[in-house]
Parts: sequence; C-alpha cells; structure tokens
Amino acid sequence: MAQIFRPSANSIAHASLLGVAIVPLVLGLAIAALSRSPWNTKVDVPLNQPVPFSHQHHAVELGLDCRYCHKDVEKSSFAGLPATETCMSCHSQIWTNSPLLEPIRQSMETNTPIKWTKVNKVPQFVFFNHSIHVNRGLNCNTCHGAINNMHITAKGNSFQMAWCLQCHRAPERYLYKDKAPEAQGRAPRQQVFDLYKKLQEGGMKSLDEREKQLMSGHFDGTNDPADILAGKKLINEYGVKTQQLADCWTCHR
Amino acid sequence: MRKQIFGLVSLGLLIAGCHTDMWKQPKTEPLDESASLFADGAASRPLVPGSIARGHLRLDDGYFTGIENGKFVDQIPLKLVDSAGKRKTLLLRGQERYNIYCSPCHGQVGDGKGMIAQRGFSLKRPVGNYHTDRLRNMPVGHFYDVITNGYGAMYSYASRVEPQDRWAIVAYIRALQLSQHASPADADQADLSKAQAQNETNGRLAQK
Repeated sequence: MAQIFRPSANSIAHASLLGVAIVPLVLGLAIAALSRSPWNTKVDVPLNQPVPFSHQHHAVELGLDCRYCHKDVEKSSFAGLPATETCMSCHSQIWTNSPLLEPIRQSMETNTPIKWTKVNKVPQFVFFNHSIHVNRGLNCNTCHGAINNMHITAKGNSFQMAWCLQCHRAPERYLYKDKAPEAQGRAPRQQVFDLYKKLQEGGMKSLDEREKQLMSGHFDGTNDPADILAGKKLINEYGVKTQQLADCWTCHR
Repeated sequence: MRKQIFGLVSLGLLIAGCHTDMWKQPKTEPLDESASLFADGAASRPLVPGSIARGHLRLDDGYFTGIENGKFVDQIPLKLVDSAGKRKTLLLRGQERYNIYCSPCHGQVGDGKGMIAQRGFSLKRPVGNYHTDRLRNMPVGHFYDVITNGYGAMYSYASRVEPQDRWAIVAYIRALQLSQHASPADADQADLSKAQAQNETNGRLAQK
C-alpha cells in the first residue's frame, strides 16, 4: 500500500500547529489596530460639510472668540452650533456673492437649518458635558486637536474610552493654569479662550512648551514632575473628586 | 451531539447579543434630526409663540427692553449696581462679553475699528464708534436696545447675550467712553503719579 502522507506532510503539520497559535493572535492584533486606526476613529479625517468653514481663519486669523458661535460651551453640556443668523451677522455684509456661502443664504431665506456633518460624537450611552471641562480650564484643543490649524474640521482624538480614561485616571497631568503674571486672576474658564488670543497676538513663539504642544494638537498630558504637582494643587482647588472620576457612572448614566 | 447543540445555541445567543441600540438610542440630542416626529425634521423645537418659561416672565420693561414709557432708560437697572462689589462684577463681566461679541466689529476700545470691520465690511455707514458726541450723550437704554434688536446692518445679539449680560456690556461701553474722553481733571493724584512713572519708564526704554 502506498504511503498516504509524503515526508513533507510533517512540516505542514508543524506549520499548521504554529498557525493555530499565530493566526488568532495576528487576527486579534489586526482587529485591534484597525479599530484604533483613522479608518475607524476618523481622527484627522476632514469631513465634507455643506459650507467649507475654516476654524483656522475665523478663530485665529480673525480672532473671533470660540464663544461667538459656540455660545453655550461654558454653561451647557452641549457646546452649541451657530444659528444661521450668527453666520449672517457678518456674512450679510462680507462675501455676499460667494457661491460657497449659498447654503447659508438659502437657509436664512427658507428658514431651514443647515445640516452640518457631525464631526465629534460619543455613543449615546456616554454622558459628556462641555461646561464642566471648560470650567476646569481644559483648553478646547485638549480633546479637539489643533482646531486652530484646521481649515476643514476633523476629529482630533479617537474619543474611545481608553482615551477618555487617560485623563480621568490622572487629571493632574492635564489640568493647567497659565503661569504668566497677567493671567493671574483669570478664571480657568477664561484662560481656555485667552490661549487662542495669546496665539493670535504673539504667535507660537509667545507660548510655553506645553501650550505649544496643545496648539499643535500633540498634547498627551505632561510628565514634568513640577507640572504634575501644580496639577495636583489645581485638583484640590477645584474640588475634583479624583476617586470617582474613573467610576463607570461618571460617564455612563 | 448534545455538546454540539449546546455550542450552537450559545453561539446563537452570543450573536443575538450584538446590538447597536445602546449606541443609537430612541432619543434625540440637541439639534438632532428627527424625520418622523415633526414636519420640519428638527428635533429641537422653537418656543411656542406667547409661551413663557417658568421664572422667565418679563414684566420689567425697562430691564428687559431698555425702553420705558416709550423712552430709553437713562440708568442701568439699580438692582445690578447697588453695591461696589456688584458694580465691579458687572463691569468685568461686561468686558468679557464685550470682547467676545462686540469687539470683532466695534474694536477693543469701541472705536469701530475691529478686525471684521477692517477686513471686509463695506457699509454705507461705518461701524459704530462709541466716542462720538451723539453716542456719548445717548441714554444707556439705546445701547441695550441695539444689542437686543440690532441696528442698521448689525444683527440682533439677543439669542447670544442674556439680558443681564447686555446691561453688563452697556456698563462696559460707558467705561470705554470715559476712558477715551477723560480730562486730566478726572484723574486723582495716585493715577497721575502712576502715569508719570510709566512715561519715564517708557522714555528710558525708548532711549535704550
């Protein structure tokens, strides 16, 4: 009787044994990598909008305060999107013939809201409140990335739970106060917006290391012991309940 | 056989457990679209005309419109300014709100030379400059009314600036007007010596 298995079957058997161990591992890693990649998280992927609104132009070049349009950001969970009327408070006079602004004029005329594409969202089982973060002096860029450089708005961070927890487990690495003498006496809430003014007036060179990181969208918490100590002081000052900050119900309620 | 059936059933249960209805719940968030509920497709509803939210009845005409008996109010409502502490808070709040909502056009000192005014407006009448005799003599109610209802090419800011903040801005505009129209007689001795010291420092710096 002829042999069913040729000698090479041995190596195939060995290889498939190895495969049983490696394939699930590689597959798992691939899924993990994919779920963290911009393909899934949409980080840094500019989304199409009805009007190509540039934050860089409006907030930095022109120096409009964030709150001029996002009027509820310091007092509500939802930052608020500008009503068409807000756009028209300047664009009834400026670029009145621009075809790019046609949707705004249409919206005003027909009294229908503009349908912006939502860039930043969390699942509906997550409770997020803008005002509490702004009132603890967390700059918009901490979460939204380098808004000041964005021509078309893109997501700045993954907004996955692990990312939220980086700060909720160690807020002292993120809490921040401007050390400049002229900034003393400014509420944390005001310092958030002062930073953009500082950038507009003095450019990047007027900012300290950490502020530069923030404004270029690469701030992942500080590791400087002195800054961490200062952050701990702020935790006390603001009464942040760190022992509850990473509890499930803080965000899932 | 039994083991296989058990395996299949648990696999089925696992797959059946995959839902996204927690991600997208049957509720709407601010400014969401809601195609099924309302004809205009918007989930956030405008106020029903004539309705008044609890605690928001606006009986005090002077306070909420800046106009009383057909005339502009001539004084910032007393309840906002009846102590030194309140006055300071009001002015600081006014400064903050002014810099957000007004300075883009009217400029940080109120001379009508804000960034937006310089960058693109070609108005028949230029952006308001607070430092004219006409506006210096205008009763405070006028400024309140302009913020509330707009004026000329200026849109209403009522949806973005609450009544108390409007008065705060009015108070700050008055402060700006004073700042650009002060005579040496308005300064007390402390101010004068401070200014003099500042001048000397500036002079020294200029020489260097």
